[in-house]
Amino acid sequence: MSPDMLFNLLLKALGQTMQMVAVAGIIGALIGLPIGVFLATSGKGELFPAPVSNRIIGAIVNAARSTPFIILVVAIIPFTRLVTGTSIGTYAAIVPLTVATIPFVARLAEAAIREVDKGLIEAARAMGATPLQIVFKVLLAEAKPGLTLALTLTLVSLVGYSAMVGAVGGGGLGDLGIRYGYQRFMPDVMLAVVVVLIVLVQAIQSAGDALARRFDKRNRKT
Amino acid sequence: MSIKVQTLLEAPHGAVSIPPEQPLSSPTSMVTFEAVTKRFGGADDKSQFTALDGIDLSVARGAITGIIGRSGAGKSTLIRLVNGLEKATSGRVVVDGVEVGGLSENGLRDLRRQVGMIFQHFNLLSSRTAFDNVALPLEIAGLDRQAIRAKVAPLIDLVGLGDKSDRYPAELSGGQKQRIGIARALATSPKLLLSDEATSALDPETTQSILALLKRINAELGLTVLLITHEMEVVKTIASDVAVIDRGKIVEAGRTFDVFTGAKHETTRSLLSAALGTNLPDWIRSNLKPQPSAGDRVLVRLIFFGATAFQPLTARLVTELGADVNILAGTIEEIAGEPYGSLVVAYPADPAVRERAERFYAATGLSTEVLGYVA
Repeated sequence: MSPDMLFNLLLKALGQTMQMVAVAGIIGALIGLPIGVFLATSGKGELFPAPVSNRIIGAIVNAARSTPFIILVVAIIPFTRLVTGTSIGTYAAIVPLTVATIPFVARLAEAAIREVDKGLIEAARAMGATPLQIVFKVLLAEAKPGLTLALTLTLVSLVGYSAMVGAVGGGGLGDLGIRYGYQRFMPDVMLAVVVVLIVLVQAIQSAGDALARRFDKRNRKT
Repeated sequence: MSIKVQTLLEAPHGAVSIPPEQPLSSPTSMVTFEAVTKRFGGADDKSQFTALDGIDLSVARGAITGIIGRSGAGKSTLIRLVNGLEKATSGRVVVDGVEVGGLSENGLRDLRRQVGMIFQHFNLLSSRTAFDNVALPLEIAGLDRQAIRAKVAPLIDLVGLGDKSDRYPAELSGGQKQRIGIARALATSPKLLLSDEATSALDPETTQSILALLKRINAELGLTVLLITHEMEVVKTIASDVAVIDRGKIVEAGRTFDVFTGAKHETTRSLLSAALGTNLPDWIRSNLKPQPSAGDRVLVRLIFFGATAFQPLTARLVTELGADVNILAGTIEEIAGEPYGSLVVAYPADPAVRERAERFYAATGLSTEVLGYVA
């Protein structure tokens, strides 16, 4: 394959991967984050006590997370078709990616929020804060470094998941690697795909780490 | 300043129980507990734990009142009843005429904006600068940026950290963090400040400076302070009134000086002996006998306070007795601003000497206690 052709193939695949990762990441975070907040604050004796709902949603999140991604992709095809009108292609692939991202973000966000010192919640209550004020002014503000790392991990995992949606014609870098590198025995394409994936994941991780460090004021020294 | 001091001295003192039929709003007390009981745990008796058991207490308006007890005595629960962080199982907690137990969530939030609180571990938000930490209660109360700025800057100056406004808590020392905690607690101009072991995580020197700040705020702003602590030193230094709590019950309460100098309860005495250095050396205590035999010496604790604290009584005692007097242990302290001395002396248990001693004590008004006899 000529370098030109390879470059064009890579560019198109990278675009598809980034599109899938970005859309699924954003929608997944927008839905997953509130669920994570709910999971972290709705236990017995917490800010919004609803232990029964907490357990039910927790169980759904666990169920979704224990389903292998490739099975989830196939299992929700009717839902995908309902949302996008089709079950193949990049747009169709975004649906299962988003569905898988929501519980992932929810659990990571819950863990990050639970890391916040309980003394801060008590202090805010003693100031006369409403539960919502505590969520926004205390929990989310204090958990920002942890939430940033959680979202970084989510994006990196999404890059990996997006490689599997080639199964439904989703395209992207993983799909390119399988079809050209593996099925057509083109090791140069495979190598190029792997290199681009490594660079992409490194870039996401570094950006996330840098952002989290900027948000984290806990280890500043005088 | 002299006027302020005078009003402080005239402020009603004495943590006394009051009958339940007294009207809610009292001119003399900021907080009253009436037969307050708090139980934690399940519905059946076995899994229940009684943290507070029939607490009757009144916190004088404008005063600094200390509640002292060992860990697990129930003091943390007690202070949290005042701003409704905990709810009483039975009995009433009344803050400035308002019964806390009867408040709705909204009413409770209004009350909390009038009651500041500081904590052992400061509980500052690590993501906010000192300035923004102090601003938090004002943001919560819904003030606009300009009003917040006008309020926060003077408070940070008041606690002496004007140059540290932009620092994050991780860049501040423990004492500085507690100063920011105090500024934050004062942000909403509360009428009552609750202090939950505020100096327990600080070294002795920093503790003294934080206590001095609290004392100044109490005097200058006329703010009522209710503090809980396990350190007698804290109570001795700033509290005009004290209540001693043990296993969920108030065992002793009153003016700090009276409680300290006339401690009756065993818990008070043991908490005190460490703080006042009135413990006898071990070698004396193990040789102490309840009855004298011939040639023994009598051990007497002399307590000086009020007028007697300023007279050269020890020198006169030696002259009056005409016998050798040993000094075995002693201390001079200031309790709630008043001098207090305790001296353990030994002299011959000979009846003639002892009679002269008794006459001297009666004439000078010294308070004494016979501890025992040694050979």
